[in-house]
Formats: sequence, structure tokens, C-alpha cells
Amino acid sequence: MSDYISHDHEHDGIDRRGFLHCMAWAGTGLLWTISGGVLASRTLAQIAKAGDSLPTATDLSFLQISDSHIGFSKDANKDVTETFKIALDRINAMPTPPAFLIHTGDLTQLSKPEEFDTFDEVLKSCRTKDIFYVPGEHDVLNDNGKLYRERYLKSVEAKGSGWYSFNKNGVHFIGLVNVLNLQAGGLGQLGDEQLEWLEEDVKGLGADTPIVVFAHIPLWAVYPQWGWGTSDSERALGYLKRFGSLTVLNGHIHQVLQKVEGNVTFHTAMSTAFPQPAPGTAPSPGPMKVPAEKLRSMLGLTSVQYKQGKTALAVVDSNLS
Amino acid sequence: MITLTHKNKMAALLCGIAFLNLSLFALGGEMKNADSTKQNRIEIKDFAFNPQSITVKSGEKVTWINRDEEPHTIVSVEKQFKKSTALDTDQEFTITVGAPGTYTYFCSVHPKMTGTIVVVK
Repeated sequence: MSDYISHDHEHDGIDRRGFLHCMAWAGTGLLWTISGGVLASRTLAQIAKAGDSLPTATDLSFLQISDSHIGFSKDANKDVTETFKIALDRINAMPTPPAFLIHTGDLTQLSKPEEFDTFDEVLKSCRTKDIFYVPGEHDVLNDNGKLYRERYLKSVEAKGSGWYSFNKNGVHFIGLVNVLNLQAGGLGQLGDEQLEWLEEDVKGLGADTPIVVFAHIPLWAVYPQWGWGTSDSERALGYLKRFGSLTVLNGHIHQVLQKVEGNVTFHTAMSTAFPQPAPGTAPSPGPMKVPAEKLRSMLGLTSVQYKQGKTALAVVDSNLS
Repeated sequence: MITLTHKNKMAALLCGIAFLNLSLFALGGEMKNADSTKQNRIEIKDFAFNPQSITVKSGEKVTWINRDEEPHTIVSVEKQFKKSTALDTDQEFTITVGAPGTYTYFCSVHPKMTGTIVVVK
């Protein structure tokens, strides 16, 4: 139960108590805000019910969904396909649809073709068709991600094991892969080839370009004892530290956690499938069973808005209650 | 009453010895199996291999069984045996160990999970 931020190099004073406070906020399914940016004080469900719209004075709004785990059917959630559908229904019900979706990995539980098929079939109901993916470790189990890459990288110019970048409304987005070629005893890993590509990818960008990085495993040391971190993420962040606005979006840990270091905001999303325990509060990070009536309050998605002229992006988490 | 001739007595004795041997052999086989099951079985629970280190004889089998709700794999760091596919809950994976030495392995999905097989002659 001691400190679980093992590398607090920035001495930013964000400790366990601070995180638990943040998590209490997240658990209510209300607002999550980064300093600056546009705030939304209602959940997506409330917005949909009221027929209201998200703040309109934004230049770009997109959604992050994560950890669908299609194929999982254990006690923590016997119908993950249904909760995934509910998440998509929430997106469809938004009066102002997001420009695109980001899925931060673990689409499936066991990388099975039929699980990917189900995922794709359910996704057909989503009105937002533009979707960008990064793989989770569950998507690359037995073929090093071959099937995943064949299916989910068609709209991007992916390199190596599936990393890529693209631009939207002046924001530079970078999708990274940190779930392959993992080493014994280690954490998530980006690897030299991807890091060299990243350095080159951002070299020509002005420091005022807002950067959004997304990857499955957190790119900060959330809780290394459970493998919740990426061994060479500091090198990646080194290439990005000159930018005035950097937002890092991750999944993997099935809960909202946030850390702000200067111009860098690290944020993890809820799963649409099942919750996982807070760092260090259980014998292992496996699926967490909660009372049925509480489950949807611990599943959700993340809305991100960028407004030109603001240095930080607004990040709002909504649960599926 | 059945009266055994000398020849019959010899036959009965031989049969008895044969039966006893067979029983002992079978018992030995069972014991060996039971022993091997007990000693060479590694349970995966709470993202850990239990026991984390195991000593076995060359040529023996080692079996892992996944008791977690999360898939795990068994991968030899030095590629000393063929890696498993992802094991779902209650699925097993068995190898026959080869030459004496120390075999370090890990779960490639959760690489914090490591274990060791010490193979002796």
C-alpha cells in the first residue's frame, strides 16, 4: 500500500492520496478536466437524454474507447458484447457526433478470428465510422498481431508492427504499439525501431503543435509491480517534451487515472468490458467482480476536445450507468 | 476339495509370482504418475507461477495449468522449449524437458511473470 508511483522524477506532488481523490471523481462518472480547455459538466448519458449538445465552440472532438475484450465471459461480466453495444449507443446518441474514435486496444479477449468478427459486427451500428486503433496484448496473442494488422490498419500508413501518425485540425496524433516483443521480467515496450521512427516523425513539427499520443499500456509508471508501465516510455517522452501541449491516452488498466506534469497530461480510460482493481488493492490485476448493479458505473468511455488557442485538451470520462 | 499336483503347485506359484510382480509394477507406475503429477505441475494463479522454481529429472514432463481468468503463455527465455499458445482459464500446457540445466521462462503477455525449471540427470 506504499507509494505506487515509483518514478516521480518531476516531484509534482501527485501522490497516492491525490490519485484516490481523482479516482473518486472518476467513479462518479462525472467531469474530468485538464487545466484549461472546455469543460462539460454532464455525462454523455445525460446529454443524450436531454437532447442537449456538447459545447460547440470546439475545433475538434473525438472519443476514446478501450478494452472491449470481446470473447470474455467470466463472472466480472458475462456479456461484454452487450456493454460494448451500450457504449456505442451512447456515442450514437450524441447530438454532435465525434469526429472520430480511438480504440486503445484489447478489442478481443483471445485474438480469435471469431472474436474480431463479433467486434466488427457490433461496430457496424456505430454512426462514427472513422476509427483509429492500437493493439492490446490480448489482440496479438498467438500471431504477433498479424490478424489485427490485416484488419485494423487499413486507413493509416502503418510502420513496423503497426505504429503510425496522422493529423486532424492541426493536432498531430501518434498511435504507438507497446505490447509486442515483451521481455522477461519487463513492462510494456516500444523498442528501438519505433522510437527512432517517433523521433523522426515529430522532428519537423513546430513546438506549438498539439500532440496526442495513444497506446494500450500506460506510457507512465502507474504501477510497475503489476506491469502497468512501459520500460522505454521516458525515451519517447524525451522526443516530445518540447511541445507545448502533449496528451497521452492509454487503456489496459480498466480505470481512470490521470497525471499532469507541466504540459503533459497522462490519462487512462475505463474499459467497456469489466473493471480492474486499483493499483495494489488486490492480489493481482485480474478482472474485478462487482455487484451487477454497479458494473456499468465502472465501465465507460472518454471524450476529448481540442480548442484552438488552448494549450490543453479537455478530457471527460463518462460511465455507462 | 481341489488337490494340487506338484506340477499344478508350480504353475500356481508362478502365476502368483507373476500376479504379484504385475501388481507391484502397476503400483510402481501409478506411484510414479502420482508423484510426477504432484511434483511437476505448475499452477498459474494471481499472475504468478506456483511453484516459481521446480526441479525435475531430464526426460520428465512438466505441466502448467492456468487458474486465472486472464490468458497466459509459457515462453522459454532461451528458446529451450517450444512456447505455448495463449492458455485460457483451466487450459493446460505440457512439455518434456530435455538436457540438464536451468530453464527460465515467462509469460509473454504479462512479462513480470517469470519462473524457472531446474533439470537434473
